[in-house]
Amino acid sequence: MMYDWLYNATGSEVIAAIIQSLMPLFLFLLPFALFAVLLERKVSGHMQDRLGPMRVGYHGLLQTIADIIKLIQKEDIIAASNDKKFFNLSPLIVFIGSYAAFAAIPFSGAFLGSNIDLGIIYIVAVTGIVVAGILMGGWASNNKYSLLGAMRSAAQIISYEIPTLLVVVTVIMITGTMNLYTMSEWQTEHFWNWLILGGPVFGIQKILLIPLMIVSFLIIFLSTLAEVNRTPFDIPEAESELVSGYHTEYSGMKFAIFFLAEYANMFAISVIVSALFLGGFQSPIGYVGNLFGLPWLIPFEQFFWFAFKGIFFVFVQMWLRWTLPRFRVDQLMAFCWKYLIPFSFVILLIVGLITVL
Amino acid sequence: MKTPEEIFDLLKNKFGEAIIELVSDKPAESFISVDPLQIDKICNSLRDEKEFAFNSLMNLSGVDDANGEKLKDENEHDIIKGGTLSVFYHLESTILKHKVTLKVSADRDNPEVASVEEIWRSADWHEREAFDMYGIKFLNHHNLIRILMPYDWEDSYPLRKDYQNPEFYQGMKVPY
Amino acid sequence: MSIKTEEMVLNMGPQHPSTHGVLRLELVLEGELIRDVIPHIGYLHRCFEKHAEVMTYPQVIPYTDRMDYLASMYNEFGYVVAVERLLEIEVPERVEYIRVIMGELQRIASHLVALGTYGADIGAFTPFLFCFRDREKILNLFEITCGARLLYNYMWVGGLSHDIHPDFVRLTKDFIKEFKPNLKELNDLLTFNQIFVDRTANVGILPPDTAINYGVTGPNLRASGVKWDLRRNDPYSVYHKFDFEIPIGKGEKGTVGDCWDRYYMRVLEMYESLKIIEQAIDNIPEGDVTSAIPKRIKPPEGQIYARVENPRGELGYFIISDGSVNPFRVKVRAPSFVNMEVFGELCKDHLVADVVAILGSIDIVLGEIDR
Repeated sequence: MMYDWLYNATGSEVIAAIIQSLMPLFLFLLPFALFAVLLERKVSGHMQDRLGPMRVGYHGLLQTIADIIKLIQKEDIIAASNDKKFFNLSPLIVFIGSYAAFAAIPFSGAFLGSNIDLGIIYIVAVTGIVVAGILMGGWASNNKYSLLGAMRSAAQIISYEIPTLLVVVTVIMITGTMNLYTMSEWQTEHFWNWLILGGPVFGIQKILLIPLMIVSFLIIFLSTLAEVNRTPFDIPEAESELVSGYHTEYSGMKFAIFFLAEYANMFAISVIVSALFLGGFQSPIGYVGNLFGLPWLIPFEQFFWFAFKGIFFVFVQMWLRWTLPRFRVDQLMAFCWKYLIPFSFVILLIVGLITVL
Repeated sequence: MKTPEEIFDLLKNKFGEAIIELVSDKPAESFISVDPLQIDKICNSLRDEKEFAFNSLMNLSGVDDANGEKLKDENEHDIIKGGTLSVFYHLESTILKHKVTLKVSADRDNPEVASVEEIWRSADWHEREAFDMYGIKFLNHHNLIRILMPYDWEDSYPLRKDYQNPEFYQGMKVPY
Repeated sequence: MSIKTEEMVLNMGPQHPSTHGVLRLELVLEGELIRDVIPHIGYLHRCFEKHAEVMTYPQVIPYTDRMDYLASMYNEFGYVVAVERLLEIEVPERVEYIRVIMGELQRIASHLVALGTYGADIGAFTPFLFCFRDREKILNLFEITCGARLLYNYMWVGGLSHDIHPDFVRLTKDFIKEFKPNLKELNDLLTFNQIFVDRTANVGILPPDTAINYGVTGPNLRASGVKWDLRRNDPYSVYHKFDFEIPIGKGEKGTVGDCWDRYYMRVLEMYESLKIIEQAIDNIPEGDVTSAIPKRIKPPEGQIYARVENPRGELGYFIISDGSVNPFRVKVRAPSFVNMEVFGELCKDHLVADVVAILGSIDIVLGEIDR
């Protein structure tokens, strides 16, 4: 594992831990955010019959960097009636909440921030902090639009955590573990062993599980989508109603941090969903490293598949965003409480019966 | 379907003195001149009686007739003294598919016209606009405030023919 | 301790992404429920009516362009119809045909903006750009005709500023051919999208008698189930020669007169406009478009109220002439101004998100409300 290697290389536990904890941020998340922002603009552009950014670099490749330079230069505006302390704290909490989730996500067979056994439960718990950050931002902005956005956001995230957790519990019952690393290992490197296709079990149980798992996958995909406030569930920042919701009053780097947190969140839910249902970092078709007897290649391949699945789902989220209109608050709540929660409950019970028998 | 002449006759029988005259010289569209303070009663019957059934007020426009005495004030600005301000009502029936135009004229110094806002809700903003632009006071209007001009615009009415721009508005210079 | 609740006043606009211009709404909220809406207008007041009184009759035409800047052609159309009736002049048939084609193209362009921005209001941004892509082609057609893309000054009293370009007929046919599949694409993407239907059906229902009493006209009135279109009910120009339907709201997805109906009316009207253009484009009579333009426009004393079916409803011009070269009084009955009045009524007891949906479905243009 990466930590052991770092420990041997540096000879200090503290330094190894710090390097290890910052690696995902600097080596992965920031480049990813740069890439994803550009991807979003390119995807939306091509879907809308236009080209997207074209001026900065080849086909606008450096556009995001130019944007970041602009955002850094911007004045950090704090209005007189903002509650300064909480106003400044809010973006940090939101970002910490979403970044902390990466600690338990296995990036590949060789890199896992922290191999805690509570894994998925820890992730659900720690992303809950984001709600506090959003509410704080909305309240401290002292702006009615921000407040409405924050209230909507809190109601939405808390509601949609229930179906997410119910599906997670279903998965835990089948796999018997809460550790995402073990879960990914359990699903092996062949796609027919992934949980969406019933997992590495055989016979009648697999056939029974397949439809249930497909429905569970859809439920968790939709509810996590709602948790990160993406279209069609983006009512907290509903641009045409609430200007931009809880971050209306933010400018410059603080706005950029919210933005970064949004993209980090998008990626986090993508990889969590793929770790639960699609084998996480596992390859669908076996490893080239195994084929040629090059074991050092395997972790890199795993990282490739991890990133591929994550980015694929991020792309799906963008695709949805530029296709669908937005729900209304009451419809959003109704969708959660009337459809997602009952369905996930029923699946939980049936899966419980299947695993007992 | 009724011609303005028929409508004029029917109204004349009903309201007598309040219906002043029918003006119908080409190319002008003919219109019926009525008493400004009784316009609401007349309109009410125009809307509710089956033979008229004017369920829609297409348009309501204030007009400065500029028929008073043209004078110069101390700053050599044109001002108009006396004369009338008018309001034109264009009514239409979507049921019987006929139209009629009414006109009321009120004294320029104290232009008071009965409001038809309760008869056709569409008159609400039109009357506010006529008030805003001409200072015509619509009696019994529930919310007769300025609509296009700022709410705190001083007592001047821009579409009157003798309107002069004020020097300042809220400390800002008006003529630029 | 007793907990008391208070109504919150939310100020929406003048700078807000979905008030379609500089409209300010004062929303009285209870939670997210609307208790009252007070619109404040006038931020775009440019004194059209005062200007018109010091201009000669032809000089007013460019000013009419600037009222409803999304349907400039039709504003000119209304004005020249009014002045021509006042002057009692006959206009050559070729001019009338070209006017009708331009008017209907403008109607499509205007409806495309209405539908696109409505999609954006509901949260679907892609249809917005799809609509603008098609509108662009119409603006190109206008550009080759008169050189301008937004404010044309094209229709003159008694004629037109330019004859159509030799390629115009071919390009218009090309446009129609390209546009029909795009319209279907719009329907697939937005009109029948379940989320969109959920957002708009049964929201902001406008009953027909309320609509008439409030003076609502145009697609908004027809969506309430009233078959009322001035192109049929009070024909002007050569509309009586063409065969087209007047679509009315049927409440397919909800109740008659809801936001979805108002939206769908515009989609159907675009089909009808295409029909009219198809009939007119092949039969434009030969002739000179400038021959009937009077040397000197000095109408006799009198007054006229002429109205046309603008994309937004009944656009009326009330013109009083005192026999001079300047109009004595020009009052514009702006359809958006009148349609906007009913907005407060429609919004009561809806959610904040619905305000945006209802406002977009009424399709206002602030330039016309404030004039």
